[in-house]
Amino acid sequence: MSTAMTTPMGRMTSLARAELTLLGRSRGTLFAALFVPLILPLSAREAAKQMDLAEVGLTLGTVILPASIGFSLLYAVYATLVSVYTARREELVLKRLRTGELRDTEILTGAALPAVVTGLAQCVVLAIGCTVLLDVGAPRAPHLAVLGLLLGIFLCVSLAAVTSAFTRSVESAQVTTLPVVFLSMIFSGMFVPLEILPDRVASACELLPLTPVITLVRGGWTGGLSASEALGAILVALVWTVGGVFAVRRWFRWEPRR
Amino acid sequence: MNFDEHEHVIEVTDLRRVYGGGFEAVRGITFSVDRGEVFALLGTNGAGKTSTVELLEGLAEPAAGHIRVLGHDPYAERAVVRPRTGVMLQEGGFPSELTVAETARMWAGCVSGARPPLEVLDLVGLAGKADVRVKQLSGGERRRLDLALALLGDPEVLFLDEPTTGLDAEGRRDTWELVRRLRDNGTTVLLTTHYLEEAEGLADRLAILHQGRIAAAGTPAEVTAAQPSRITFELPEGYFLGDLPPLGELGVSGHEVEGRLVRLRTHRLQWAATRLLVWAEQAGVELRRLDVRSASLEEAFLGIAREAAEAAGTKEYAA
Repeated sequence: MSTAMTTPMGRMTSLARAELTLLGRSRGTLFAALFVPLILPLSAREAAKQMDLAEVGLTLGTVILPASIGFSLLYAVYATLVSVYTARREELVLKRLRTGELRDTEILTGAALPAVVTGLAQCVVLAIGCTVLLDVGAPRAPHLAVLGLLLGIFLCVSLAAVTSAFTRSVESAQVTTLPVVFLSMIFSGMFVPLEILPDRVASACELLPLTPVITLVRGGWTGGLSASEALGAILVALVWTVGGVFAVRRWFRWEPRR
Repeated sequence: MNFDEHEHVIEVTDLRRVYGGGFEAVRGITFSVDRGEVFALLGTNGAGKTSTVELLEGLAEPAAGHIRVLGHDPYAERAVVRPRTGVMLQEGGFPSELTVAETARMWAGCVSGARPPLEVLDLVGLAGKADVRVKQLSGGERRRLDLALALLGDPEVLFLDEPTTGLDAEGRRDTWELVRRLRDNGTTVLLTTHYLEEAEGLADRLAILHQGRIAAAGTPAEVTAAQPSRITFELPEGYFLGDLPPLGELGVSGHEVEGRLVRLRTHRLQWAATRLLVWAEQAGVELRRLDVRSASLEEAFLGIAREAAEAAGTKEYAA
């Protein structure tokens, strides 16, 4: 046959392009994705000012910067994608896509690309902004920060896919995303660094999905993470990653409930 | 082409589909479709048409049985089969905020050997709507967009799930014309429909599905021939059924009475009609609302539903 076969990259690009157009036309989602992560660091800054950070070896900058990246992952990637996956499923778009040549992972990845790119760009802007405005300085262990960010993106995409399985409509996504968003903001070291929590609480918090991400990003900047601490965080993130993949395969819904 | 002209493009053997709740929607069906053939799955809502087609499209795994599409398992060997099939789902599947052209372009990027999107939109008469958002399209226009996307890759096998539902008479004729042209160019088409005239006029062969089983199959003529013809009339004033000549002598194989309306079924239409009319002539009565018709697909369809209802013990019709 002389006809050109499609490639996974070509298929995902085509889907991502359509999703980017849709993101641009969805005002509510766009606002939440673009502006919330830029506003939240300001309130985190007010909260951080009340804390005694110097005692645990942190500065305003090394608290706000990882928190900002966390907010971006939660709003630009996680919450956005819960809406996207849910909307596409309810409009039978996912079912339609599955009748074609796209593989399941290509559909999930292609649909996620615009949100992921938005989130990444935001993280870069926020990191530069914090570095300049809050006098953080260059990251001492950038590889840890990058690794944390990549793991965070992957986790947020898979968490979004799983959450969408329990979300009936785009409207209810505002509710179904709350547990992950709030638990992460409060207990994953975003608003409150784990260092100032009681030890027993802190150990429990370390097991949450986004905690290792924040830990790695912060450690990437301070350079204060020991090898065992870094490995521990990576291990927790990997367990969540494997669990996330399993959960998506097990629970993700490609069609609305009848 | 390494294909035999007469190969079975679609082969289905003892196919079953069971949903999560335990409902068995497809209960062991077997059929095959040859290359270049239009095959219709006909049935009422809930007969199992869509459940069957979704299995053929490879969207779900059968509970039991085998499917071969172009020689491959459409579910397990998805990557091999999909570039050669086109699918039109029963409804929707487009983001409402994209325009028609954007939707077609997106899909074209996911289809091997895709034709130019505008060319295919033109084929279904949607070229003038290219810049309209999908949410502003009428139901019929959405069906045509769906058809356009199914045709984008010039598929060898086309699955059409109720392609004309929601279309007006003209749109329906246009779609039929398009399907005939595709068939003439060698495309194999499997379609579902609950319109009898659609199956009768379009399909080379068909299967009537009832409660997840094939109740009858063959060419429209074969399916029809197996069914009795029908004579309907109103009993004249003051006459009862017993006043007619004995029904057995008329060659009547079954009858129903609704009020004063009598419906006779026979495989010997000319014989039965002549005897009845001679009797009326001699009795000097007029048979009002007289209707004599040979078996149609509609009769076949209703007959199958009736037999199934009788078999199930729900005596809706007096035998």
